[in-house]
Amino acid sequence: MATTTDPSVEHAPKGEEGPRRRDFINLAAVGTAGVGGLAVLYPLISQMAPSKDVLAASTTELDISAIEPGQSVKAIFRSQPVFVRNLTQAEIDEAEAVDVGSLRDAESLADRTLPGNENILVVMGVCTHLGCVPLGAAEGENKGEYGGYFCPCHGSHYDTAARIRKGPAPTNLVVPDYEFTSDTTILIG
Amino acid sequence: MSFPWAKEYTPQHPLMQFLDEKLPLPRLVYNAVGAGYPVPRNLSYFWNFGVLAGFCLMVQILTGVVLAMHYAAETTVAFASIEHIMRDVNWGWMMRYAHMNGAHMFFAVIYIHIFRGLFYSSYKAPREMIWLIGVVIFLLMMATAFMGYVLPWGQMSFWGAQVITGLFSAIPLVGEPLQIWILGGYAPDNAALNRFFSLHFLLPFVIAGCVILHIWALHIPGSSNPTGVEVKQESDTIPFHPYYTAKDGFGLGIFLLIYFTLVFFLPNMLGHVENSIPANPLSTPAHIVPEWYFYPFYAILRAFTYDLTIPFTGVVLIQAKLLGVLAMFGSILLWFFLPWLDKSPVKSGHYRPVFRKFFWFGLIPCMAVLFVCGGAPAAEPYVMLSQIATAYYFLHFLVILPIISSLESPEPLPFSITEAVLGKDDNAKLGGATAQPAE
Amino acid sequence: MIRIGAILVGLFFAGVVLLWSFSQGAYTHFTEEVEKGPEYVFYIPPKSPEGGFAHDGAFGKWDLAQLQRGYQVYKEVCAACHSLEFVSFRNLEQIGYSEEQVKAEAASWMVPGINPDTGEATLRAGLATDAFPSPYPNDIAAAAANNNAIPPDLSLITKARKKGPEYVYSLLAGYEIAGPQGYEHDGKVLSEMFPDFQTVAPLYFNPYFEYLNIAMAPPLVVDGQVTYSDGTESTIPQMSADVAAFLTWAGEPSMVERKQTGWIVLGFVLFATILAWLAKKQLWSGLKSAKRKD
Repeated sequence: MATTTDPSVEHAPKGEEGPRRRDFINLAAVGTAGVGGLAVLYPLISQMAPSKDVLAASTTELDISAIEPGQSVKAIFRSQPVFVRNLTQAEIDEAEAVDVGSLRDAESLADRTLPGNENILVVMGVCTHLGCVPLGAAEGENKGEYGGYFCPCHGSHYDTAARIRKGPAPTNLVVPDYEFTSDTTILIG
Repeated sequence: MSFPWAKEYTPQHPLMQFLDEKLPLPRLVYNAVGAGYPVPRNLSYFWNFGVLAGFCLMVQILTGVVLAMHYAAETTVAFASIEHIMRDVNWGWMMRYAHMNGAHMFFAVIYIHIFRGLFYSSYKAPREMIWLIGVVIFLLMMATAFMGYVLPWGQMSFWGAQVITGLFSAIPLVGEPLQIWILGGYAPDNAALNRFFSLHFLLPFVIAGCVILHIWALHIPGSSNPTGVEVKQESDTIPFHPYYTAKDGFGLGIFLLIYFTLVFFLPNMLGHVENSIPANPLSTPAHIVPEWYFYPFYAILRAFTYDLTIPFTGVVLIQAKLLGVLAMFGSILLWFFLPWLDKSPVKSGHYRPVFRKFFWFGLIPCMAVLFVCGGAPAAEPYVMLSQIATAYYFLHFLVILPIISSLESPEPLPFSITEAVLGKDDNAKLGGATAQPAE
Repeated sequence: MIRIGAILVGLFFAGVVLLWSFSQGAYTHFTEEVEKGPEYVFYIPPKSPEGGFAHDGAFGKWDLAQLQRGYQVYKEVCAACHSLEFVSFRNLEQIGYSEEQVKAEAASWMVPGINPDTGEATLRAGLATDAFPSPYPNDIAAAAANNNAIPPDLSLITKARKKGPEYVYSLLAGYEIAGPQGYEHDGKVLSEMFPDFQTVAPLYFNPYFEYLNIAMAPPLVVDGQVTYSDGTESTIPQMSADVAAFLTWAGEPSMVERKQTGWIVLGFVLFATILAWLAKKQLWSGLKSAKRKD
């Protein structure tokens, strides 16, 4: 059938501006559509970020008056466990006796507690290796070789200041932002 | 398939050549919606709605997947999870309104697409299979939309689920066990909500599969056109890309303007206020209707108000409830038979004077009445109007269409699409063909 | 064959509807007169407050001062019976309160809590993240305290009623305290047209309510019932409009953001559509001019 050239697809440019103008309009139209497509990505991506209620529920208040020296409690902060420990004098001494420079993640006990309350150690109960909950907060749990916390998943040992001493974890247990709102209550977050 | 003059895909870049050899996906696209698909040159804007329907399906799947990330299908929290989306999820309100109104737009587009097909007899040979798959897609869409409407677990959700599944109870003998099986209980509850969510997620992908079959079947004979005369020669066609991609792009822009006006300024206009009330199994809303796109079928359902009895004996032959259900399903299922009911050799309504009159002055007003009556309360005069319209609906497709297709004498057709567009076709004299419908 | 079958089926359905249902329905319709009740004659559709709401229309914005006044009305009047379960105290920051004010406001409400030592249910001061507490522990208690009419939650009330904001305003400002006796509307007297119509306790007469008799006692009964801190005169229509605006915000806090986003989106799409049209026109002009036979 197709013997002659198709008469329907002749693009006779009208004057010399023809092709250039057409190319510009096509480019602009396709480009604008592309910009629109990219703009749609923004809400599609941001909808997966924490929603407003999750962001708002990011403080935890805790009464610590009942924690005896040597004991610790578990609380929940941002859907994760927090360990609050009332250190005994022996534990404080043990932590301070360590040469900070020799540690994998060099921090002193004072760096990790608030002034005036050096016996209250607040750390996230999330192993910095791969996120398991270490043992040692509850009575009778394995506190590891250094008397602090021990993560059973891959064998990370933390000392009495919850600093990494042995095992695969790269850093000390994280100390969250917190403050004393009274002598016996702390506000985490 | 395709016409002998269809352009061949010739990859230039070595990467594309590699791809073409191993997995000819670019070739597929090129031949489906690219320059390799010759399309009649005379398509009107009514031919935009297929692409628009495909776009709607993609929007619904995209926003739906997003909503499913935040929604909880459990009766005690489903309603609250929707409010969580509306209030707390970033851009959640936009996603939800886009999904809600996307459904409205999808049906509006599909209805125009269907009525385009009815006017231009797109269901006729050689395109029967495209039409049959299309009817399947429409049925799947109705099921999907119904189940999606249940998910927010508002009053209309709950009572919609109750009433629509109640349709199945009209079937003799197996009806009630069937309804209980569908719901997984004696009334809509957790079991129903969970399976509706599961199926509402699944069915759109089934629809997408059917859409691929629909387009595949379309590419066997190629697109129809407003004259109904089949493509004869190269001058009858132009490549899909860039001509129809550009035209579809413009159509999409107009579509988006309407769609976004709904989403951002009138998001609840087409919804029902009752669905902002959590489901309450103890109290039915006073005025219970489905979404607008079900109105015609709901009107047909309600048009049957009296049992069919043997006169003067009171013996019930068929209950009104069953008649209504049969008519409602029948009103869509009869579309499956259209290719064999309408035997007129001429496709386009433009060349069929009698058919055209029945279409514009019969079917279209009839559908308008059914749309109005389906949303109106079950009271006079709406019931009587919907009865007249229902009767016409069945007469039109099952009686009038077969009869006029035998009796009507069509107007002369152009020799070819080229002649229809340009006013003359040199090949017409050479071939010496008279105006015959192309088969 | 298939066409003969179709014609028979078509005649069957058309015949059954037309001849049977239609004639029976028409017979009933013309022989039995349906009496329209008082709710058809005396119900008044919702009205806008004078000057409308600030959030109305495509360019509407919240009137934060009004929302704060409306919140005060909700807190001092509505909250005695109605919950607001999908709104949290933290949301109040959006209507112009500072973080500190929201904390103090939350703490002034008692919300259900658990005694940390005994595990018993108790009440504690609210936190910003808490939702507004329900005045009743459950629906049965709510029904028992209100003659079996459960006061609806108000979080979505303006979306759950047609013309919701206007409805709330009209209903609150529209009580006919004197009752249906001698009530007149559009020159029609209720007790003359419908002598049997009565408003029996515990119902109250309100022509803006669908059935005219509503179970809710008039919540706003005297001017000055709420003392506004911003000095606005608290007439009954003023308080009604304020709380209607507040509940509109509570129903859809993203409304103004939605409209503002809409203008940006529509502007962009309009621009893109014009470009698409130009591109299409340019492209198709290369084809020989079309003459369609339609």
